[in-house]
Amino acid sequence: MSRIVRVAAGQGFWGDWLEAPRRQVEGGPVDYLMLDYLAEVTMSILQKQKERDPRMGYARDFLGAMDSVLPAVLRGVKVIANAGGVNPVACAEAVRDLGRAATGGERLRVGVVTGDDLLPRLDELLAAGHRFANMDTGAPLDEVRGRVLSANAYIGSGPIVEALARGADVVVTGRSTDTALTMAPLRHEFGWSATDWDRLAAGIVAGHIIECGAQCSGGNCLHDWRSIPRLEDVGYPIVEATAGGTFVVTKHPGTGGRVSVPSVKEQLVYEMGDPRSYITPDVVADFTSIRLASDGEDRVRVHGITGRPPTDKLKVSIAYRSGFKAVGTLVYAWPDAPAKAQAADRVLRARLDRMSLRFDEILTEFVGVSATHGTLAGTVDAPEVQLRIGVRSSDRAVVERFTREIAPLVLNGPPSVTGFAGGRPKVEEVVAYWPALVEKSVVTTRVEVLQ
Amino acid sequence: MKVRLLDLAHARSGDKGDTANVGVIALREEWYPLLERVLSRERVAAHFRGHITGGVERYELPNIGALNFLLHGALGGGGTLSLKTDAQGKVFSTAILRMLVDVPDDEARALGLPAAP
Repeated sequence: MSRIVRVAAGQGFWGDWLEAPRRQVEGGPVDYLMLDYLAEVTMSILQKQKERDPRMGYARDFLGAMDSVLPAVLRGVKVIANAGGVNPVACAEAVRDLGRAATGGERLRVGVVTGDDLLPRLDELLAAGHRFANMDTGAPLDEVRGRVLSANAYIGSGPIVEALARGADVVVTGRSTDTALTMAPLRHEFGWSATDWDRLAAGIVAGHIIECGAQCSGGNCLHDWRSIPRLEDVGYPIVEATAGGTFVVTKHPGTGGRVSVPSVKEQLVYEMGDPRSYITPDVVADFTSIRLASDGEDRVRVHGITGRPPTDKLKVSIAYRSGFKAVGTLVYAWPDAPAKAQAADRVLRARLDRMSLRFDEILTEFVGVSATHGTLAGTVDAPEVQLRIGVRSSDRAVVERFTREIAPLVLNGPPSVTGFAGGRPKVEEVVAYWPALVEKSVVTTRVEVLQ
Repeated sequence: MKVRLLDLAHARSGDKGDTANVGVIALREEWYPLLERVLSRERVAAHFRGHITGGVERYELPNIGALNFLLHGALGGGGTLSLKTDAQGKVFSTAILRMLVDVPDDEARALGLPAAP
């Protein structure tokens, strides 16, 4: 029987279930707790917070999570999180201080990975000829340079492995890939070499399966959804890995939800591109090599995974300001609910036209009729319909003016209308996402262990 | 006979920029070859005509009995730019399952497929 290393997922995004990390370390044996906080635009939100207060810029939820799992960490469970956002050092220092306060000593070793943040170097890199062309459109970054809020390279498992090797109990990173948070501890524990492509790919697939938390263990699972038990106590996923790269996906006994071959398949295809080339900084994993087998109740065995060498580039996540938007809603009731909502939309648009407000985009949806499936949904005599109108413009004043045109419809538009208690819609600044590539040689990561 | 894709497969969808990815998974492994045959790139593009502005790509994963479709121009600009309710393409999964597919009667019987109501 070969040694098993258990990596438990405790957060799938910033805003995930606050109880999950504690449940993962208390519900049964785990060696590592993996917490993923970063989505594509999260970095820009954190960058805005850091501009207001230089001690901020990381996922504050992480401190609450650390507080809730501290007893487990002190008995040896290690934590790996990309909660550092655009200020991993401040995040790591806050965790160190929290550990000091709780233990009255300096027992907690906090590793911190830096080097992913390219914002301070952006002009120097552009001047040196790096175009940061948009991966979707091919446009050069110059087009939006003046509006860039954050720029971070997705970094791989290397620096996390180094932090673990140097004895860190907690590793805090900035923009690490989600999958590296799971693969790194397996590399560290099993001593996988940086060119052991198949095993590294297995670690990446393990990471992909658990990086969205309960989305592989019964949450948001369409397959036989009615029979999935007790989602109120859903068990977050755990990977039980062995040195050869085969692993089992499971969850703690007695928890709700379900880990099954179909639940794992649904997560495997989530946000997938070309399955033969799942590109990460460490390895290119081939998802068409994955084999799944049921291994008993709430256990799925994953094996057969192959990988190949990575590219010489890193993906860069750039966020930039891109105008303003607002969304207003009203609810129309039976009879003729869809027709009333359509009439209200016509009235509103006529008024907006008369004011010559210029929007970059205006979109009307009829929630309850066609918002999600459009005309594929056919026609229904809906008991109620939510009229939902969104606008976007580079001019904040134009969007602001729009928000004042919704409420009047309650008294001066079509009848049987309600659902306006939320008041005027809020104007939001749009922070858009600009994916790009940069040569690996440009990015140098650093590891520090605080005590 | 007509069979609902809903009775043949389950699905999950997500986003990458303005592209929605839709993974369609056979409910039984032995139904995968049928899925691969009837769910052509063209068939899926026709299903979503008028709903997306770009093209469709298809990838096969026979190892897990699944097909992965990329629907370009599906999300009103995608991410934070989008004004859509489903800006992240989360429910394109069930939109594809509305499809009715033609299966020869003999084959449908042999595979134990239910006719669409």
